[in-house]
Amino acid sequence: MDSKSKELLRVALRGAGVLAIFAFLGTALVAVTYEETKEQIAENERLAVLKLLTQLVPTSGYDNNLLEDQITVPADELLGTSKPTPAYLAKSNGVTHTVLLTPTSDEGYNGTINLLVAINSDGSLAGVRVVGHSETPGLGDLIDIKKSDWILSFNGHSLDSLTKKQWQVKKDGGIFDQFTGATITPRAIVKATHKSLRYFKEHKTALLERGADGHAD
Amino acid sequence: MPTETSYRKIINDGLWGNNAGLVQLLGLCPLLAVTTTTINGLGLGLATTLTLIISNLMVSSIRNIITKEIRIPVFVLIIACTVTGIELAMNAWFHELFLVLGIFIPLIVTNCAIIGRAESFASRNSLLPSLLDAISMGAGFTLILMLLGGMREIFGFGTLFIQSDLMFGQGAEWMTITLVENYRGFLLAILPPGAFIGLGLIIAAKNRIDQRVVKARAERDAATALQTA
Repeated sequence: MDSKSKELLRVALRGAGVLAIFAFLGTALVAVTYEETKEQIAENERLAVLKLLTQLVPTSGYDNNLLEDQITVPADELLGTSKPTPAYLAKSNGVTHTVLLTPTSDEGYNGTINLLVAINSDGSLAGVRVVGHSETPGLGDLIDIKKSDWILSFNGHSLDSLTKKQWQVKKDGGIFDQFTGATITPRAIVKATHKSLRYFKEHKTALLERGADGHAD
Repeated sequence: MPTETSYRKIINDGLWGNNAGLVQLLGLCPLLAVTTTTINGLGLGLATTLTLIISNLMVSSIRNIITKEIRIPVFVLIIACTVTGIELAMNAWFHELFLVLGIFIPLIVTNCAIIGRAESFASRNSLLPSLLDAISMGAGFTLILMLLGGMREIFGFGTLFIQSDLMFGQGAEWMTITLVENYRGFLLAILPPGAFIGLGLIIAAKNRIDQRVVKARAERDAATALQTA
């Protein structure tokens, strides 16, 4: 090896050494931060879910721990899910009176829409909320409770209170408003909500008694 | 040791002369993506400024240890770790704010303005000027983000400071100003083309002002030259 390639090797090794030290320090910093914040983050996420759930089931309406009485519902075409999803049970004196399902819809304008659908034991809707979406700002995002009250128009409706034809947006002959310039998004929500009600009807006994279909944990 | 004039130049460069958003045109990805409202702009601006301050200080303090060949990988490491640390800490201790800014924070890693300042300023200057540079560059970037966000919000939604409660907590709703009642919305301003058009207009306005200043100065110089003659 001549002196030039020796010099090159020395420079490369030295650089690699310094880089390795910084990689170690950087990873250590991130690891420590992660370790320090892990529990707080998990707690925040639990609280965020709880906050969302209590929008649909007021705190006075149940006496159990919603997050503990969480069951897993197997994937189902009616829920638009391809893998098991959580469902929450609101109980009073040990009796389940409201089931909160987490269906999704891929019939929106852009990407999937995640929903939270609360159904009372009599089959009526306690409420619907959009948990996550990427619909067009200013048009399709009116499904979000922060942007408009539209999503509240589902409250109290059930499979019995409306005919199958009425369970559509007005443009298709139903009773639910569409938005000017955006029909696809509300249509997807109405359809997903209707399918969730059908899912509840089919699995009612299982959901209310313990979990879902024996697949539940 | 930097003099007072050079400090003034650092501040002027960050806020106007070499503004990250208007002149260097760095960090366009977050700049164009999130400026749909003033509050979004403010949020990303603050997070970027914090990252800039930490990264500039760290780069400046190790500038004499690092050899030239490996400086860029080291800067990238520092910035990536800083951003990850900020993201985790905000998620844990400022959760409400994180829910608003969460999606923007990873975008900061892609903001070339930060590595740009590390490379062209902090790696050549001591701690104090580097800190000042980070603050001025961050403030300049934040102002442009808010200006563009404000323009798009006014035309798009007819409001100003919408959703300020997300940033300043419950009770800050009073800040929201509705400029046009029952405004139907102008979608173009909210969609990506609105961001490009808006930024183009702001850059044009800045160039216009700069030209005027140059012209006025030339006229004044000519006048004084005439007087002395």
